[in-house]
Amino acid sequence: MPSEVLQAPLVLEYPFTRSTGAVIGAFLTGLREGVICGVRRADGTVLCPPLEYDPLTADPLTEMVEVGQSGEVLTWAWNGEPRPMQPFDRPFAWALIRLDGADTSMLHAVFAGGPADMSTGMRVRAVWRDEREGHIADIAGFEPDPAGHR
Amino acid sequence: MIDVAVVSFAQRQEASIPGESEVEFMVPLMEQAKAAVGLTQPEIGFTCSGSSDFLAGQAFSFVMTIDGTGPVPPISESHVEQDGAWALYEAWVKIQCGGIDTAFVYGYGKSSPGSLRDVLATQMDPYYVCPLWPDSYAIEALAARLMLEGGHVSERRLAEIAARSRANAASNPHAVRAEPKSVDEILAEEPAVDPLRPSDLPAEADGGCAVVLAAGDRARELCERPAWIRGFDHRGDAHTLGVRDLTTSMSTRMAAHRAGVADDKVDLAELYGPFTTSEHLLIDALGLDEDATAINPSGGALAAHTMMASGLIRIGEAASRLWRGDGDRAVAHATSGPCLQQNLVCVLEGD
Repeated sequence: MPSEVLQAPLVLEYPFTRSTGAVIGAFLTGLREGVICGVRRADGTVLCPPLEYDPLTADPLTEMVEVGQSGEVLTWAWNGEPRPMQPFDRPFAWALIRLDGADTSMLHAVFAGGPADMSTGMRVRAVWRDEREGHIADIAGFEPDPAGHR
Repeated sequence: MIDVAVVSFAQRQEASIPGESEVEFMVPLMEQAKAAVGLTQPEIGFTCSGSSDFLAGQAFSFVMTIDGTGPVPPISESHVEQDGAWALYEAWVKIQCGGIDTAFVYGYGKSSPGSLRDVLATQMDPYYVCPLWPDSYAIEALAARLMLEGGHVSERRLAEIAARSRANAASNPHAVRAEPKSVDEILAEEPAVDPLRPSDLPAEADGGCAVVLAAGDRARELCERPAWIRGFDHRGDAHTLGVRDLTTSMSTRMAAHRAGVADDKVDLAELYGPFTTSEHLLIDALGLDEDATAINPSGGALAAHTMMASGLIRIGEAASRLWRGDGDRAVAHATSGPCLQQNLVCVLEGD
């Protein structure tokens, strides 16, 4: 059995670009402008973040609608120390957040003092980065918004 | 429908397998599974594998493992970027198409060189989720809190599942977490990712497994008591977490119905629940009665979680028990993706 593990540098890369399309592209462009969009389903409910196809019926979805920048935490998990690849510089909570005007939730970070400051059902509002490029991390995260209500 | 059975199974799982490549540790396992039923590669009708380039860090990494089967003269083969259980499904379909009566299936993964809980972020939505790099434990913790706060499960129930896995794993030489712990000891553990405790998490492993399938009389020639596949189905939930009900597993329920799980008694079930929370949802979605069915007699994926192989190992573990006469009817389950996104259900019966 070899005792020494041979090592060599390896750069994994995908040398092609992909269009983000009319739905995901519109969402990402909205983020650059400081706006959060969802997409309306046939039954009138709104998916945010928006999907190109209805997850139940597979119908194409096209009607983009702006949703609120505040919402409700449906569930959360405390992340005491950001892991190496995470675009956050301090402890935070992962949360599924249902924004006002949306019927589904999005995953993002909530910056709270600690797990004791987190609770299911709490209100949060988006915090934007100053320089935005059309990326999910244009939303720096969410912060507790105790006074906020629908 | 052509009757197809699992007739041979070999596995290896260790906390890490340093110093050996996937090909190096898979060649002896593949040889072992074929030799157990006296088959050589040229005699096998179809070969299918499951593995991941993301774990291997190399495109088309599976091709080198195919070389390890001894594919001379050229063989009929396929590969899925999925757990080996889905490779077995493809092989089963291939046998149904006619013209062959044996198939060889294997799955393997070596995740120890990286951090699997972080690497698994790459299976999430590439625009909305992956760029934030949520780790797999945190993602399951989101589901766990929904289940606990919604009254779908209690912390004690999760600890009981963890304790059962540890107790059952004690007699499994391939388990990597087999030290017994009481429910109270588990409840006293500091949470790893609140509300999940260390015993709620999968014990990560490197390794793989290999299975031989045979049809009809060929199966009876090769195996004294073949484990016949009597029901087989796989279904998927939506990819996006936010549009799913994370307190249930709709796709498992659908697959179980189509595979006919409830048509007769179930003596034992091998379930690929990476977390105690997943095992709880699976037992419910499969409609299993824990007083009548031995759940995860091997310890399950909590005791040894080999990415890309844990599902196929469930099928092999269930089949081995039927060969030995430990039961007459078994359910094997495999999952893939975050929070039980995709699920496969296989019903096996002895004669």
